[in-house]
Amino acid sequence: MTNASRIHVNRRALLKGAAAGTAAAIAAPMVARADSKSIKIGMSTILSGRVAQLGTSSRNAVMMEVEKINGAGGLAGRQIEMVIRDSKGQPQEAARLARELINTDGCEILIDAEASSGAFAVHEVARDLGMLCLHTNSETSALTADPKLHLPNTFRTCRQGVHDSIAGGAYAANIAKAKNLSKWMTASPDYAYGRDTTAEYMTYVKHFKPDVELVGESWPKLFQPDYTEVLTKILQTKPQVLYTCLWGGDITAFIDQGNIYAVFGQTETFAVNMADYTALTAVKNLPRGIHSGNRYIKSFPNTPENTAWGDAYRAKYNEYPTNWSWENATAIQFLAAAAKQANSSDGAKLAEVLKGLTIPSPFGADGKLTLRADDHTLVGYAIGWGTTLPNEPYIADMVPGDWNQIFPLEAEWKKSKNFI
Amino acid sequence: MDLAALANCLSSSACIVTQSTGGLIIGMLLFLVAAGLTLIFGVLKVINFTHGSFYMLGAYFALTIFQLTGSYTLTILGAGAATAVVGLVFERLFISRVYGQNVLMQLLVCYGFVLIFDDVVKIVWGVEFKSMGMPPAFQMPPLFIAGGVVPPFYLFLIGAAFVIGLALWLVIDKTRLGKTIRAAAHNPSMVAALGINTGFLYGLVFALGGLLAGFAGALAAPVRSLTPGMGFSILIESFIVTVIGGMGSIVGAFVASLALGLIRSFGSLGFPLFTDGLMYLFMVIVLIAKPTGLFGKEIA
Repeated sequence: MTNASRIHVNRRALLKGAAAGTAAAIAAPMVARADSKSIKIGMSTILSGRVAQLGTSSRNAVMMEVEKINGAGGLAGRQIEMVIRDSKGQPQEAARLARELINTDGCEILIDAEASSGAFAVHEVARDLGMLCLHTNSETSALTADPKLHLPNTFRTCRQGVHDSIAGGAYAANIAKAKNLSKWMTASPDYAYGRDTTAEYMTYVKHFKPDVELVGESWPKLFQPDYTEVLTKILQTKPQVLYTCLWGGDITAFIDQGNIYAVFGQTETFAVNMADYTALTAVKNLPRGIHSGNRYIKSFPNTPENTAWGDAYRAKYNEYPTNWSWENATAIQFLAAAAKQANSSDGAKLAEVLKGLTIPSPFGADGKLTLRADDHTLVGYAIGWGTTLPNEPYIADMVPGDWNQIFPLEAEWKKSKNFI
Repeated sequence: MDLAALANCLSSSACIVTQSTGGLIIGMLLFLVAAGLTLIFGVLKVINFTHGSFYMLGAYFALTIFQLTGSYTLTILGAGAATAVVGLVFERLFISRVYGQNVLMQLLVCYGFVLIFDDVVKIVWGVEFKSMGMPPAFQMPPLFIAGGVVPPFYLFLIGAAFVIGLALWLVIDKTRLGKTIRAAAHNPSMVAALGINTGFLYGLVFALGGLLAGFAGALAAPVRSLTPGMGFSILIESFIVTVIGGMGSIVGAFVASLALGLIRSFGSLGFPLFTDGLMYLFMVIVLIAKPTGLFGKEIA
């Protein structure tokens, strides 16, 4: 037997195999469609860079909920298969990934877990491709409030700026009235979120307490490492109240640096983004008494369901959930509820059901969350302000926001922007 | 623009003390990083883009050493030494291979290692930001000097940075080693011809740069949040410092760092929306008046 004959035999075998393989490949897609009950859901989020932890916590929350739903039979009988990609926080990459997830990966639903800049880019892809898309992290109010951006196939399952501003303004005004505080200063990051949120917040502080005077502003850069000039300006301006919407590592650096100037003992400080575990656990000397809005805290709402969800997340991932975690978990919970009601996993049918859908949720102010029918945005979530403690539970004396107060003022805000 | 606020401040001793201290803090930390950068450029003619990463590594080393020992003195010394070793190894294994090559090749190697060091930090310390916390010895209320607010930690930080800067100047200017380094910067072939091991010398210079960046990272760690990529912003400002002070001039780096610190500190009162712009404006003015920087020398 020669090598050549062996090769000859092998070549025949190879040709037979190739023919069989080709036949199988041609038949495979149909077979796969007929046999598989899985549904692919695409998700783009920020898994690298400075805010990677938020993206990771979004992915963790989604996977935790998907496991539960798959364990209970899936989305209308189809097992969910998540396809998760890293946009690196770049809007153009987020848009490209959204198209790829739908057109190439075969995803039928999209979770847009991007920050605002990326969310607006993904929104345009959703307009173009028409798939069901849930924005889970963008808090910029215009995304769902502006009728020009309204699409039948897109929804937002996260908090939004105007709600926070109204609730925060009402809370701050009550504190200011009680303590007779009228001189305010702001120190917020110098980009769209910081500027918009601060302006809205101050609008509502003045709405509830008209004699408030803005005596100083400071606009540090996003991710600025040193806040000395901001802090010394605060010391010179001597405001009675300081407002900041710095977040993540920026708020922790600001607090650490402010501590050594004893700034927080001299001014009443309102830091909307302080009460997220990532920031609360990172600051080594967290001052007592800083006012903060809730981002995610397992003790607010103080219900067994919310505490159990926070503990389950921590047990699974060995860290606390973030604000982005509950917002992404909410998206999956809404999809599951909609699929159950529609008895379908078809995107268009789900979108019809999602409009105005109310579900039980650990994150609801009264145990329920609603995707409002007219603007497809989340309402009824737990929103409140409290004061910091150096140790667990980190936030005390939470004062819940009043949705009956938020709704009419939100409508007025929309009118002022010509959104309605 | 709020010139009234600036004028008010300049007429108040309390404000001048507070703002000047703030400016010195910004300036002295910047100086420690920029001094290493300009030293490396002056001797090796390498624009070390990884220098910001050395600062970041110094801060993370400080975090770990402080958690292990609880001693801030050991933390500063340990972080400086560890970063110096990183600088030495980096120079011997990688940078030494691109001396005399196209500047783009040097930049590519440096930038590649910026990404690698960021990823190493993510793997070792995690992607989330960290905070070291204030050492207990400095957890005290701020001092009031002439009515101005001065945190004790910042006094220590300014003093420590000043001592380190002075020691650097003495080493470079007054010792035999310093003379050799300066000679190597001026004419490396002649230094080598005299039997001095220039490879060792270059490694030493990189280690010295790493030491300074490590000290800066350790001094900054109690008050800055630690994140992968944190070295980038200070690298940009350090480049501005080296350009203003004159590439290769340590004295220039010192003057330019303090000037930038004070510009930021007082500029935030008078020009709150143009504080960063003031730095670049200052750089433009200096470069127009003296293109080689304040203390830079014409290349013959």
